Amino acid sequence: MALPATRPSGAVPSGAVLSADQLLELYYYLRLTRTLEERLVALYRQTKVIGGLFRSLGQEGESVASAYALERGRHRDILSPLIRNLGSLLVMGAQPIEILRQYMAKADSPTRGRELNVHFNDLEKGYLGQISHLGDMIPVMAGIALSFKLRAEPRVGLVYIGDGGTSTGTFHEGLNLAAVQRLPLVVIGEYNHWAYSTPPEKQFAVKDLAEKAKGYGVPSVTVDGNDVFAVYEATRFAVERARRGKGVHFIEVKTYRRKGHAEHDDQHYVPKTDLESWAKENDPIDRYTQRLLTADLITEGDLKDIDDRVRVEVDQATDACVNDPLPTSESALPGVYVDPPAADKLWFKVL
Amino acid sequence: MAELTFLEALRQGIWEEMERDERVFILGEDVGAYGGAFKVTDGFSKRFGESRVIDTPISEAAIVGAAAGAAHMGLRPVAEMQFIDFISCAYDMLTNYVATARYRAGLSTPMVVRGPCGGYVRGGPFHSQNPEAAFLHTPGLKIVYPATVRDAKGLIKSSIRDEDPVLYLEHKWLYRRIKEQLPEGEEILTPIGQARIAREGKHLSIISYGATLWKSLEAADQLEKADGVSVEVLDLRTLLPMDDAAIVATVKKTNKVLIVHEDTRTGGIAGEIAARINEQAFEWLDGPIMRVTAHDVPIPYAPTLEDFVLPQTDDIVKAARWLAAY
Repeated sequence: MALPATRPSGAVPSGAVLSADQLLELYYYLRLTRTLEERLVALYRQTKVIGGLFRSLGQEGESVASAYALERGRHRDILSPLIRNLGSLLVMGAQPIEILRQYMAKADSPTRGRELNVHFNDLEKGYLGQISHLGDMIPVMAGIALSFKLRAEPRVGLVYIGDGGTSTGTFHEGLNLAAVQRLPLVVIGEYNHWAYSTPPEKQFAVKDLAEKAKGYGVPSVTVDGNDVFAVYEATRFAVERARRGKGVHFIEVKTYRRKGHAEHDDQHYVPKTDLESWAKENDPIDRYTQRLLTADLITEGDLKDIDDRVRVEVDQATDACVNDPLPTSESALPGVYVDPPAADKLWFKVL
Repeated sequence: MAELTFLEALRQGIWEEMERDERVFILGEDVGAYGGAFKVTDGFSKRFGESRVIDTPISEAAIVGAAAGAAHMGLRPVAEMQFIDFISCAYDMLTNYVATARYRAGLSTPMVVRGPCGGYVRGGPFHSQNPEAAFLHTPGLKIVYPATVRDAKGLIKSSIRDEDPVLYLEHKWLYRRIKEQLPEGEEILTPIGQARIAREGKHLSIISYGATLWKSLEAADQLEKADGVSVEVLDLRTLLPMDDAAIVATVKKTNKVLIVHEDTRTGGIAGEIAARINEQAFEWLDGPIMRVTAHDVPIPYAPTLEDFVLPQTDDIVKAARWLAAY
């Protein structure tokens, strides 16, 4: 399978200006994403991660770069990540300890053990967790963007959809509504070549996801998803365009899922040569650091400092929660409604 | 006092809430310029503007999903399903996304999904449905189903003010068929979760809601006159959460229960009510809990077919007479 198309199919203005600190910060989030996932793998193998573990290996670049193009802070832009957008969540301010607690179903996890992995949210910081029904977050994020429009707030929503997810009705229905209403919404279409075990040619008959967006009058562009700068620039352009009231924009990022659907999946359906070439020649973090080192924008020492810092942070976060308790059984009952405040305990539980 | 139809009371309720609270807005198909297929939102676009009365594409999933997103952000969307039959297109969004949001993620989703339901109007299979049983099984949703003019207004206002998502079912057969004097200037808020005794009685209880509430009342009158049987009629008003206390109270009073609903029989709400009575008031029963419902077929178009399939006043009279004699 070929390396991703690097040709942009629409105008991507170049010249994104990132300070030295920002360049290092981007590297920090890239490294944090990968190191945190590696820690989760270790915890999974120790059976401390209760459910499935979903890796974003090879997709950290597009996740981090797209989120980094948003305005962050309290009550600023809002994004909705997918299972492989751990990097986006971290950029928006989710803490490693929250991710660890979620995966280990701890009582103090953001969802108090009710939901899995990255399915949690903090609307003040600017992230809304997905549900497992792919496509559903497109209409919901259209609604978030609608609230920005109705209140005339200069805020933008950003939502991710996978190549497989673009086959759902809700993707199309949400995109169409957002387009008609000219909502400030940016949609990132992640062409990572695998929807569980299903390749693109069995998922859709178009070549690029960007073609789908055009059917709704939504401008779209295809970029190299493993080029941090290309993704950042394309997203920055789309976000600022949306902020100016120009409506929805779709960015297709070509990338590659280098692990199975989840940790249990041995990827026997994926050509080994693909995995090798994407790892060796097209790793988003390697490409990013090579580019910065070649241009003398950072030093090996800078990178090592960040690597060390990340390792300490992940160690500390793990130590701080790994032995924490699971939620108490009866904490399952409150919070379905505001009123009644808790579901009744059933009669046979009190015999 | 002003005499209002069911539909006018509903319209007035939404109007008052939009005047009171600028966070309230409407979205749906043909709700703006056209004023809604049944004219529930007639005049709203002119008064409140296009930004608060939003005409959407034909997409119930997008309407409900966008309403949820806006509700998370503190707005109070009122989403119209043009006919409630089409709510099935948003079933995923309502059951998986909206209903679970508070529990799984602590998200507040104060929104109303409302629309015309029910038969007796020759609407055929796709304009006559009662979808309540499909959603009763979903923790996180509330379901209200007003039968009176007063409750049409009082329940829409309470639904809009509720902090959780509410499905508001409005029977199109009642829209312009029933009228009631409502005092002007009085704030009418029907509490969600409370049933109402629509008619006091001693010998037998009929539990119902919506259009069949009126058919049950008609049957009760006939039984009183023809048989001297005193029938109590309970109007549930809210289906989820169900008012167990009111149900148990009427069972303890009359000891015989007939449950009447327009929806089909198998898996219908009557089964749930019967189970609750069995668990909570078994020893008070002097006869089997019986059901009058639609037959288990899609709702047909021809009058001869629809009238046979849906429960009629005569059916209720016969069933209640049988139960009274048990």
